[in-house]
Amino acid sequence: MRILVCVKQVPDTTEIKIDPVKNTLIREGVPSIVNTFDAYALEIAARIKDADPENTTITLLSMGPDQAKAALTECLSVGGDTAYLCSDRKFGGSDTLATSYILSEAIKQIERKDGKFDVIFCGKQAIDGDTGQVGPEIGAHLDLPVLTYVTEASIDGDEVVVKRESDQGYDIISAKLPALVTVNKTAFEPRYATLKSKRAAKKKEINVITFADMESIDEAKCGLKGSPTNVKKTYTPNRTYNCTMIEDEDPKVEATKLADLLKEAKVL
Amino acid sequence: MFENYKNLWVFVETEENVAKPVGYELLNPGRRLADKMGQKLIAVVVAGDASKVAQDCLNYGADEVITVEGDEYFEYSSDAYAHALHTLVDKYLPSVILIGATNNGRDLGPRLACELKTGLTADCTGLEYDEETQNMVWTRPAFGGNLMAMIMCPHTRPQLGTCRPGVFKRPEFKEGTEGTIIKEDIHMDPAQIRTKIRERVKEVAELVNLEEADIIVAGGRACGGPAPYQEGGVIYELAEALGATVGASRAAVDAGWIAHAHQVGQTGKTVGPRVYVACGISGAIQHLAGITGAETVIAINKDPEAPIFGRATYGVVGDMFKVIPEWLKIINANK
Repeated sequence: MRILVCVKQVPDTTEIKIDPVKNTLIREGVPSIVNTFDAYALEIAARIKDADPENTTITLLSMGPDQAKAALTECLSVGGDTAYLCSDRKFGGSDTLATSYILSEAIKQIERKDGKFDVIFCGKQAIDGDTGQVGPEIGAHLDLPVLTYVTEASIDGDEVVVKRESDQGYDIISAKLPALVTVNKTAFEPRYATLKSKRAAKKKEINVITFADMESIDEAKCGLKGSPTNVKKTYTPNRTYNCTMIEDEDPKVEATKLADLLKEAKVL
Repeated sequence: MFENYKNLWVFVETEENVAKPVGYELLNPGRRLADKMGQKLIAVVVAGDASKVAQDCLNYGADEVITVEGDEYFEYSSDAYAHALHTLVDKYLPSVILIGATNNGRDLGPRLACELKTGLTADCTGLEYDEETQNMVWTRPAFGGNLMAMIMCPHTRPQLGTCRPGVFKRPEFKEGTEGTIIKEDIHMDPAQIRTKIRERVKEVAELVNLEEADIIVAGGRACGGPAPYQEGGVIYELAEALGATVGASRAAVDAGWIAHAHQVGQTGKTVGPRVYVACGISGAIQHLAGITGAETVIAINKDPEAPIFGRATYGVVGDMFKVIPEWLKIINANK
């Protein structure tokens, strides 16, 4: 069983602060982490490997600048066997369609060298862009069946069987391999690295794939040129609402004031 | 440049022949944008049996409805739905397609965009049309709600966007509105659908419909345990008294006090109630990102510096366990 897990290095968006004067994002000093949902995807893959460690390998793939190697090394310490970083100036400015195209070409390139993947796992979305589009788009580029918003997955013969969230509960869905699965928050937490696994991961080389390494890639589909969408403008959301504050030592007085104000404004 | 591409489509998603609310909600901004474009608002319904939903789309103001019906569409699958939509797009060449950002919508959108080699903007909360360049301007939150981005797709058609549930209000419903319903005969051999639903488990006894709620009473970290959400607890009783749906912050859900179905925020539901009562919720940016559509926000929190007050219309500085019982007395006395 050859498993691929796609991971992204992202700023920890829960640590992002807003400059109160300029009303802009303060990006400095925000730690880089492995995207939360990709960590769940890797854990699902690692559990499949736990069931048959002799016959299972986990390959990791990321796209980004050289710093993203740190994220791959971290993933190597919690279940990954081999890691690839897809990196080239030509890839800069890619939107989701271009990014998924480049990653699909990188996957084809790895497969030419090492053999086909049976299953590809991605996080449901990255916590910086929040689009959730790259995973399903990789699946579409590679013409694979795609299973999204998955919280559990296992292999059953030549099929992957997943638990997918629905409005009223969940569905159990299966697809013939090869397939692509995007992973939501799971009921279990990703495993921790040990001192030993960290040390072993640090010794492993991260394979870098550049534009020139990819045999079938079309430059017109990469980067800004290959991106149908572009960002016209960004801004921090308006957070100034005029709040009528009610403050009194006696909660009864507060409740009465609130009820009166709501009645007056015909809210309740 | 794109004179062959006309009209704005709203994909009204169905599941087991019932429409998801967001489809109808999108007919509201859809109407406004189509009028601005000087083109038609067309609802697209793919279902086992689309007849009821198609008529409802007309009642909600669509100019026309295109339906695709077949047993293979009774339940969602990416393969069958993408095939139906792709075939329709090739035939009719729409300029814009709005898709509800449900799990299925966010599964279908990228597949379709990739097949059509066009741009898709995810999880939009704002929709505008720029008359000068004749492009849609999609507004969406990123960085966990810390940043808003305006996105355009100037060089390809159709322009695709998934839009969050609960942000837009349903348009007015006029029973028996007449209009054209075009039935398209598109099918996919079930054997070609590569994903198979082995089992559907409906474990939620009552559907928690936060997106459609008129009033929501939500509890946060200050709840301190599951008790406030249970009968006799302040959140439960306040929700009962106001006829509200119960919501919760991520802190409360992660602590296991209440099911994930109740979670409001970036990783939970996006809601747009008339009244949102935030009890003991500090107001992390991820939570605020989920209540952008709320009209009146009432916040009760001990900490006068809590960020929730920055988003609230009325802010009560105090202990929710003391304020809510007093408020309940007043509500019940006036019934």
